[in-house]
Amino acid sequence: MATVLKKVDAVIVGFGWTGAIMAKELTEAGLQVVALERGPMQDTYPDGNYPQVIDELTYSVRKKLFQDISKETVTIRHSVNDVALPNRQLGAFLPGKGVGGAGLHWSGVHFRVDPIELRMRSHYEERYGKHFIPKDMTIQDFGVTYEELEPFFDFAEKVFGTSGQAWTVKGQLVGAGKGGNPYAPDRSSDFPLESQKNTYSAQLFQKAALSVGYKPYNLPSANTSGPYTNPYGAQMGPCNFCGFCSGYVCYMYSKASPNVNILPALRQVPNFELRTNAHVLRVNLDSSKRKATGVSYIDAQGREVEQPADLVILGAFQFNNVRLMLLSGIGKPYDPKTGEGVVGKNFAYQNMATIKAFFDKDTHTNNFIGAGGNGVAVDDFNADNFDHGPHGFVGGSPMWVNQAGSRPIAGTSNPPGTPAWGSSWKKATADYYTHQVSMDAHGAHQSYRGNYLDLDPVYRDAYGLPLLRMTFDWQENDIKMNRFMVEKMSKIAQAMNPKTIAVLGKKVGDHFNTASYQTTHLNGGAIMGTDPKTSAINRYLQCWDVHNVFVPGASAFPQGLGYNPTGLVAALTYWSARAIREQYLKNPGPLVQA
Amino acid sequence: MKKIIVAALMLCANLPAWAAESTDAQIKQGEYLARAGDCVACHTAKGGKPFAGGLGMETPIGTVYSTNITPDASGIGGYSFDDFDRAVRHGIGKSGSSLYPAMPFPSYARVSPADMQALYAYFMKGVEPVEQPNKETDIPWPLSMRWPLSIWRELFAPKVETHQAPVGADPVVSRGAYLVEGLGHCGACHTPRAITMQEKALSASESPLFLSGSAPLEGWIAKNLRGDHKDGLGSWSEDDLVLFLQTGRSDRGAVFGGMSDVVEHSMQYMTEADLRAIARYLKSLPPTDPDDKPHQYDKQVADALWRGDDSKPGASVYIDNCAACHRTDGQGYARVFPALAGNPVLQTEDATSLINIVLKGGSLPATHAAPSTFTMPDFAWRLSDEQIAAVVTFIRTSWGNQGAAVTASDVKSLRVDGLRQTTGVDLGLTSSK
Repeated sequence: MATVLKKVDAVIVGFGWTGAIMAKELTEAGLQVVALERGPMQDTYPDGNYPQVIDELTYSVRKKLFQDISKETVTIRHSVNDVALPNRQLGAFLPGKGVGGAGLHWSGVHFRVDPIELRMRSHYEERYGKHFIPKDMTIQDFGVTYEELEPFFDFAEKVFGTSGQAWTVKGQLVGAGKGGNPYAPDRSSDFPLESQKNTYSAQLFQKAALSVGYKPYNLPSANTSGPYTNPYGAQMGPCNFCGFCSGYVCYMYSKASPNVNILPALRQVPNFELRTNAHVLRVNLDSSKRKATGVSYIDAQGREVEQPADLVILGAFQFNNVRLMLLSGIGKPYDPKTGEGVVGKNFAYQNMATIKAFFDKDTHTNNFIGAGGNGVAVDDFNADNFDHGPHGFVGGSPMWVNQAGSRPIAGTSNPPGTPAWGSSWKKATADYYTHQVSMDAHGAHQSYRGNYLDLDPVYRDAYGLPLLRMTFDWQENDIKMNRFMVEKMSKIAQAMNPKTIAVLGKKVGDHFNTASYQTTHLNGGAIMGTDPKTSAINRYLQCWDVHNVFVPGASAFPQGLGYNPTGLVAALTYWSARAIREQYLKNPGPLVQA
Repeated sequence: MKKIIVAALMLCANLPAWAAESTDAQIKQGEYLARAGDCVACHTAKGGKPFAGGLGMETPIGTVYSTNITPDASGIGGYSFDDFDRAVRHGIGKSGSSLYPAMPFPSYARVSPADMQALYAYFMKGVEPVEQPNKETDIPWPLSMRWPLSIWRELFAPKVETHQAPVGADPVVSRGAYLVEGLGHCGACHTPRAITMQEKALSASESPLFLSGSAPLEGWIAKNLRGDHKDGLGSWSEDDLVLFLQTGRSDRGAVFGGMSDVVEHSMQYMTEADLRAIARYLKSLPPTDPDDKPHQYDKQVADALWRGDDSKPGASVYIDNCAACHRTDGQGYARVFPALAGNPVLQTEDATSLINIVLKGGSLPATHAAPSTFTMPDFAWRLSDEQIAAVVTFIRTSWGNQGAAVTASDVKSLRVDGLRQTTGVDLGLTSSK
């Protein structure tokens, strides 16, 4: 028999960025809030202790901060005609576990969004006509505009302590010649911190990009350019470019995380409780299936516990949000044959390409230094900043040098043709380790009818529940875009005058490779929108079918962005929290009438 | 009673007029004053109920346990105001025997009658009663006899009288003196004690030894709070002090050791006006050293480190372990990573605190205004006695700092309970013989 606890006002599943933001907002509204985190407590101290944390073997290789796939994983197949098998080694993506979630181990690239990407289908139809969008491409509008979200982007940057350079503030040009991005939408205020300093490799990229007519700008980074105190009174130290961001706990308090930027303030309020090692199994619904009564979870001792609540927030990782909805019977599951149903629909990812340029020994790039959010980028081929008409694909890509530190085990890369071992490998490593520049086209990824999530009919997790099944593969549009971006980025690479370059892009016929890391930017599956027939949640991230369940996170994105998703995830969560505080709590019920 | 209320109105300038009429307000004021006196710190056992006593305090003759001061029969429930006043200000318990001077009644002697009334109201009506019998001391006979305490009290406790500000004094400074010398009992830690354990001075007017720093207690020294630049507060501004007391951090330094609890449980609850009063009063104390001079930054070490020259002993240990936060120029980063250059903590005659913080590390307390618990990691496991001695000497003598060298044996003597260095034996690399 499950232990039934005393009811609380709100229960939050997962304590990453969205869980922490919701917890802060809802406790400010006076609610009694409990957050349930499946993993352990984690914090700068002791988990980020220097020098113990500077350990590539423990963190990157043995994946200390990531989901424990011996307990739950996903099954993966390329198409409905294949049999999905469990993913037994994390590779392509790295969901977090424990307090802070992926927000503790992320890099810190902190973008907003290109406004057209919020109305992707409408924009492409308006500019290129309905037929430009491939028949099986299921891109949609988010149902919310950049102007509506701007105050929330602004506040999130102040919470994160983001470093960057504005282009315009309230219509006034402020960023020309200083590293501002001319393609960036207008802002209500400047970044809370000035841009970080640029590494030498980023400076080389900047010079080369300018020489071929592009418009380089400083990456907005949630790694601090100086000490900072955020609106919650939480403090950050300055980033020292140690190069251990992605996959690590930052020992300098300089990478924004739920742990550094929000949790200290939550610890000061009596109406918040964080329960760790609490693995949520499902959202419980009443007999009408229209209202949630709380959640059930397995506690650290393996006991089943029911936590009743008036409001349920699903703040887990993208695919865990989708799985919880499917396991709980919230929303109609998506069916790729009919195109009907909404939960699991529009599962999208990232479409990345990388070029490495290798130099003589007199070009010192010092790749061992770096910061995860730092670099120089161009947006000339991002979003719809160029005419897609002649090229016949949908989507864009920022390109950048984002030197994040080359660590000793996996940080070596050599020119094409170098053997993978032996004395030639050693010589090449000695010759090139600190004389190379790596640049990426980050790449938007679109949603398609055949890429989706559902429950696996065969495989189950440690608790006896069906695993989530990913059906996913690259589509023609993805390959076209990737090849286009490689061609454009090559121009920048060549302008740097390297000895040689290596290109890592997609080729016609390439399939999704579960072992090859791109990014952890998985999107969709519980998408937001304006129509309950085509979206799982409304524009306030509220479930269409169960009004007291809200689902923030990249699971709400109808397709993948050119930019990194965290900035939009945070802004949408603040936007949703505002709607809960100002509308929902006064009159609980659907915020949008279907 | 009416007389007392009138007296309260007249004496306690800080108490709003309505407070005297409202017991609730008086209880609230009493709670505030109990915070100012940090009563909870000593009168609560680790993990125990607030004010129920039972916290052991080491003294040279044995362990003394704090008493239950909740309004239960096992606590002070049966105390009249006079009983309460006699204990707090005079150091005489209800039974008539003298209290151990672990209770800072010599400082509390100057608390005003109105504040005593408020404190009494709070402890009788604002504190949850807890049934918990008091614990006897571990002091063996004949040292356990209480009558010598009466002699001590007669000799060293001052006459109970309300603090009178000198005519024409800055009222802010006077308020500060009242709080620091009275309820705050800052001198209990920060004033040196004589061999007979009494504080060498109980107020600024008595002696320049008042608040001039103490010998090590539980591994920390309570530093000089006077105007000395080298090891006192000469370089700190009034604003630095206010921020420090409120949040445990300022542009000049960060709290550690026993003072962390004081910030967390007491100082963060003080009003800005009272913190300013404390700060201004402390800033009014002249330096003990007649030749006191401001810190002169010397850029020689920073320049050498910039050139890659780590030949100065301790420099390489500093670069590898400390410089990421405290920087090669010793300037740190305001409010997050304290500057070491010119920092008085680094230049105290006795380096115990400094060695201890390198061994154990330290976390800032979370306060309402500054909730981040920035933590300096511990280095006991990683660095040898020689390395710690070298790096502590390095920071005490670089960037213009005027501290003296420390030795490996100084470090060794502080390696107690779990502060051992990790060795090959721990890692299974070599066998223990």
